[in-house]
Amino acid sequence: MTQSMPINFDKQGIVSKILTFSCVDGPGNRLVLFLQGCNYDCITCHNPHTINHCDDCGDCVVSCPTEALTLECNKVTWDESRCTGCDKCIDVCPNKSNPKTMIYSVRQLIELITKHHHFLNGITVSGGEATLQSGFVLELFKAVKASKQLAHLSCFIDSNGSLSETGWHKLLLYIDGAMIDLKAWQDATHLWLTARGNHRVIQSINLLALSDKLHEVRLLYIPDKTDLLSEIDAVAKYLNMLPQQVNIRLNAFQHHGVIGDALMWNKCSEEQMQQFSRELTKRLGRQVLVPSIYT
Amino acid sequence: MSQARLYSIITDSNLSAKQKSHYLALEAEASLPYLAIDEKAQQAIDAGILCDMFEGHAPFKPRYVLPDYAKFLSQGSQYLELDAATNFDEALNLLTILYHHVPSVTSIPVYLGQLDTVLMPYIGDLNEQQIYQKIKLFWIMLDRTLPDAFMHVNIGPTDNIICRTILRVDAELKQIAPNLTFMYDAQITPDDLLRQATDNICVCSKPHIANSPIHAETFDHTGFGIVSCYNSLPLAGGANTLVRMNLKEIAKKSLSKTDFIETVLPEYCAIMFDLIDARSCFLHEESNFFKGFLTTEGLIDESRFAPMFGIYGMAETVNVLMEKENINAQYGHDDVSNQLGHAISKKLAEIVAATDVKYGYKGKALLHAQGGISLDKDVTPGVRIPYGTEPDPVTYVQANAPHHQYYSSGISDILTIDETVKTNPLAMFNLAKGTLQLGYREFTANVASNDLVRVTGYMVKLSDIATFDAQGSRTNTTFLGAEAAKNTGILERKPRVAALETTPSYVN
Repeated sequence: MTQSMPINFDKQGIVSKILTFSCVDGPGNRLVLFLQGCNYDCITCHNPHTINHCDDCGDCVVSCPTEALTLECNKVTWDESRCTGCDKCIDVCPNKSNPKTMIYSVRQLIELITKHHHFLNGITVSGGEATLQSGFVLELFKAVKASKQLAHLSCFIDSNGSLSETGWHKLLLYIDGAMIDLKAWQDATHLWLTARGNHRVIQSINLLALSDKLHEVRLLYIPDKTDLLSEIDAVAKYLNMLPQQVNIRLNAFQHHGVIGDALMWNKCSEEQMQQFSRELTKRLGRQVLVPSIYT
Repeated sequence: MSQARLYSIITDSNLSAKQKSHYLALEAEASLPYLAIDEKAQQAIDAGILCDMFEGHAPFKPRYVLPDYAKFLSQGSQYLELDAATNFDEALNLLTILYHHVPSVTSIPVYLGQLDTVLMPYIGDLNEQQIYQKIKLFWIMLDRTLPDAFMHVNIGPTDNIICRTILRVDAELKQIAPNLTFMYDAQITPDDLLRQATDNICVCSKPHIANSPIHAETFDHTGFGIVSCYNSLPLAGGANTLVRMNLKEIAKKSLSKTDFIETVLPEYCAIMFDLIDARSCFLHEESNFFKGFLTTEGLIDESRFAPMFGIYGMAETVNVLMEKENINAQYGHDDVSNQLGHAISKKLAEIVAATDVKYGYKGKALLHAQGGISLDKDVTPGVRIPYGTEPDPVTYVQANAPHHQYYSSGISDILTIDETVKTNPLAMFNLAKGTLQLGYREFTANVASNDLVRVTGYMVKLSDIATFDAQGSRTNTTFLGAEAAKNTGILERKPRVAALETTPSYVN
């Protein structure tokens, strides 16, 4: 069935970063594509430079110590060979963006994945919000599944869960697993933290669970800010309705990468995380995944 | 001066009596005049270009000895007054005895045998639990009586109960000794056995995984073993000596890339072969080592000993030569640098293959990428990409894989993998499999707190790490609070267990 689908190898995606080795983005070693652009504006975002697309304002150009950035014809251009990866441009960007995004076609990515496939268990598209480029993700996953060498690689999406049911239905055939963030329980809290409500998120989780594609639900625990602890009975009741094999992963809010007001918030300590995970484990009757490292 | 040194060894508060005896013996040997070597070799030693690894002034034992333990169990020993083993307990007892009669450069045996092959004929009708109990006690005995991190057991590539039990016990006890190499053969080893081995790496940083078919091709049907820090050597033989060459110093003396490869490197190789011959001649002709019972009872064969031709500092060598060529490129990161490295390895392999030695394996030395000793400063072991500048492990492997075909007696190439892998051992399995498929002779992973630790779902920006310089630094371990002590608990046990090979002489 999948072979017969035409694949658009020229379909392009805007990529913020590619990692060829990751052991924290799904099962096994994964090649991770961070796609640029997000429809959330989380106060606690750890990757705020992936939220918006570059508007070529040029503010970053002067900050570059190695002149890897230039402004030509009102376009910011990045010379990778001069870049040392110091990320000063990201620090000064007034637009929560990144002048170093790259455009990749499905064809180019298939080449890259093929080069690394011996080492991989699969690929994960993350972000930003990966599903904002779902047309590109769809063609990429179709191409992976259609390639003899790559068909065994699992295709995962790391998402904020904002995609519509219609959107998920297009992707479902080609994804092997999804990892969804549930950032708050009450709609109002979610709205405050992310600038969006969470109805879509719950819908996405339900749909993915029903389709047997839900790999993991992630809870970002921000002590005194999220309602995940105060609403723990309701949260646990909901999570208990999900299939038992779905990972429940707890992430601890840290300051790493965060900008703005949330830097004034307390980080989640190991003790706080232990308390939260204890309460949740008690109610779920099964283990949850907790961070191995705290700052 | 010399008496003061002996006194400081004797009164050292960190060494055990046995360790003191070892260092005192080294001092005694060092008080003899050095072997007669020619002036050029002496100059190269004095200049830090060649290094005899502190093997001593008058070598009276081979560097590494790989006895044929299977033969020993099947025939017993006249010299030791032991009958052949007839059951599992007797086999373990015989091995325990023989280990104390197998010398090496460190006085502790570096090779304990391909233990599953050696022991399988003796399991009789023992059940899994009985085997487990016996192996566990044997393992504890090894660590407590022969505490050296370079003492090596080999297992695999077949799936068998001894192999499985050793992996189970090793993960459970998390001892430094013995070290362990698992032989992997894609045609023979089932995935779930490799998975057990890679899961172990996440727990206790062992085993190392050897690419069995590649090693087997290098040696004849009598076989081979992996000993110490990833030296592959003929079974029933070993290494009579290891002399190593600091490629970086040779690069500094060269005018250009071509001058290095065509003139200066071959010159120093010739000098090194003279030194190798002088050292092995003394061992084979003067020391009477090969008159001992290991030889007379056929557990080793003098003709299966070869000198190891070691090299180190490839990274700095390439960077020095690139600078001389005015090319801005870095070893491990730029194709042009990596290709120069591969060309140097190829040249070395050609020189070693074309040069006869007086006492070698089939008349030749064996090329080795040497893993460094504690005294090395500003020079990277073997062909490794320098610490702190390594790319991600996959890029690392792809950059270095072409070297591996040339180093027939092993290549010490350690991958550092951040500790998040411990919660995802499948990633270790993927990495090991990919690495071996690309032609690595041995997959050795060091699960460590990296400077750059990623946490689920987000990226690390270099600018977030205030102290991270352009190259990165291994000393900046404060980032993300990842402390080395969290790794495996192994660190706490270090003081009792020596690593005599990387600390070959007494350092006050």
